[in-house]
Amino acid sequence: MKISKTNAIEVQNVTKIYGSGESSVKALDNANLIIYDNEFFTLLGPSGCGKTTLLRLIAGFEDITNGRINLFNEELISLPPNKRPVNTVFQQYALFPHLNVFENVAFGLRRLDKNNDFVIKRSNEVLELVQMQDYALRRPNQLSGGQQQRIALARALAPEPKVLLLDEPLSALDLKLRQAMRVELKTLQKETGITFVFVTHDQEEALTMSDRIAVINQGSIQQIGNPEEIYEKPSNQFVANFIGEANLILGKCEKTGINGICKLQTGHKISINIPDKFNKDDNLTIFIRPERIKINKSKGSSLSQIQEFTYLGNAAHIELLSNGVSVNATLPIDKVKNFKKGDKIEIEFPKSFAQIINT
Amino acid sequence: MNIQGENKSRNNLIGLLPLWIVMGVFMIGPLIVMAFVSIMESNSYGGIHLKFDLSGYRQILFDTNLFDEMEFNPAYLIIIGRSFLLAVAATIISLIIGFPVAYYISRQKDSVKNILIFLVTIPFWTNLLIRTFAWIIILGKDGVIENSFGFIGIIGDDDSLNLMYTNTAILIGLVYSYIPLMVLPIYSSMEKLDVRLIEAASDLYSTRINLIFKIILPLTLPGIIGGSILVFVPCLGAFIAPDLLGGGKKLLLGSLIQFQFAYARNWPFGAAIAMVLLALIVTILYLNARINRRHEQNA
Repeated sequence: MKISKTNAIEVQNVTKIYGSGESSVKALDNANLIIYDNEFFTLLGPSGCGKTTLLRLIAGFEDITNGRINLFNEELISLPPNKRPVNTVFQQYALFPHLNVFENVAFGLRRLDKNNDFVIKRSNEVLELVQMQDYALRRPNQLSGGQQQRIALARALAPEPKVLLLDEPLSALDLKLRQAMRVELKTLQKETGITFVFVTHDQEEALTMSDRIAVINQGSIQQIGNPEEIYEKPSNQFVANFIGEANLILGKCEKTGINGICKLQTGHKISINIPDKFNKDDNLTIFIRPERIKINKSKGSSLSQIQEFTYLGNAAHIELLSNGVSVNATLPIDKVKNFKKGDKIEIEFPKSFAQIINT
Repeated sequence: MNIQGENKSRNNLIGLLPLWIVMGVFMIGPLIVMAFVSIMESNSYGGIHLKFDLSGYRQILFDTNLFDEMEFNPAYLIIIGRSFLLAVAATIISLIIGFPVAYYISRQKDSVKNILIFLVTIPFWTNLLIRTFAWIIILGKDGVIENSFGFIGIIGDDDSLNLMYTNTAILIGLVYSYIPLMVLPIYSSMEKLDVRLIEAASDLYSTRINLIFKIILPLTLPGIIGGSILVFVPCLGAFIAPDLLGGGKKLLLGSLIQFQFAYARNWPFGAAIAMVLLALIVTILYLNARINRRHEQNA
């Protein structure tokens, strides 16, 4: 069954260049993506990759160099920020220090000239939604980081935006609070049905919260997909390395096809699906997650030796050297009880989890 | 612990010694001299007789008539009132002009900002007296303004706008002299303003007018108050602009004090007026400190 989806945001051929001449910096290079209505969409990438730039372009804080952004099929970029029906949760919250919590939350509604009764009702409603109704009369500087975070969220939600933009909103919180807020944000998104566009550099955050993720690097969108796709089938080496840990091993094609064969530099010959566009003797890069690698006791002459053994509690991390090539494996603790540093072992790359990856 | 504490406070004392000397010699010393002079008997040849006498203060409110009786004399109160009003007007005009100027400068690129701030401070490089004389050339009869108006035919050859020697002329002089003192503190608090607050406000549907009145104005209030005081206080005691541009026709506090020392040779009276002026200013500073403290508690 295919569910028809409404496009909330369409980013079409968007390029953003800061500065001019020799000192110009290309922050976004011909970016294209579609964010659906009611979606929790994450822009993920390392700092300086252009994800925040894209968010600021949607909010209207930056002028677009080239391209088009549509919001529910209406062209957005000619509107100033105060005319756009989107609201932003800022990284450092940017709460108004001279206004109390209630007035901060009511700020957007008041600017929209809503009548006073509605402003009061709606503001209290949103404060309740983020469980901050008891703090209405406090000043922002009398609140903790987590509380300020909630107020920033409430303030942005109060005018019922069509799309909520969140710029690394959890980065200033400590770990425990961050984890709790992840769940809360996700719940809030499902409850309100508002489209969330969430910017983060934290891959774990992205994987746990998002419906879909766009991975961005150096101004280009690398891959768009749901968390599982992004993790299991990264489209290139950057995505493979940025999301979780990855083994990228060079090899030579020996036979193409579904039951293709690749000779790895580790000395192993593995069975793997090799598309027909490759030829015999082509150089290939094989991608496999450390937790997918299997290890066994050595039966005589072995290529692989344990270089480093790190105990992680429920698992162990093993660094291997196989034929001079380093390989990482993460294994459940009961599978590795009998191994220690220096042991010679056999490693295995299960066919269903090894894949060829674009460089 | 105790020994360390004593050492520390002694070190502080020694470290602050230059400050105390400067404060003592240049600030508190003259004040004490002034307060002392104000309660002495005047010497008609200048200076004072070393004899306690409060007539300096009494003279502000009362005059002695022909029958040696005390008579209420509002003349000096009127001067104080007029000075006060002119200083308030000059402060308000400086604020109305200075705030947009500071706002404009703060919105420029860093390189442009520095040039503009430099330009704002340039008048300080020339003596105030000379700059005020320049205004005589501009405002005076057959001055720059009248000539230009005559040239484009707004006024006839023999007409005069009578700009000089009016309260308006004094006001122009005061605003011109002290407006940098308004622009700089406002600019500095605008610089401290977090750009993200502006972004957040426009994200929340604020128009440009909303931004100024709901965000920028309240958040730069300390700078506005600071600038207002820096303009108001010297305006209250100013005597160059009132003398040169007002022609000394309407006495103001500053001119009055200067007159007592230079010409009337009534030092105690001059000192007494100066003390009253000081009391006024200290009261205003105190009120400002209270407002500021409340503001800081909020911020």
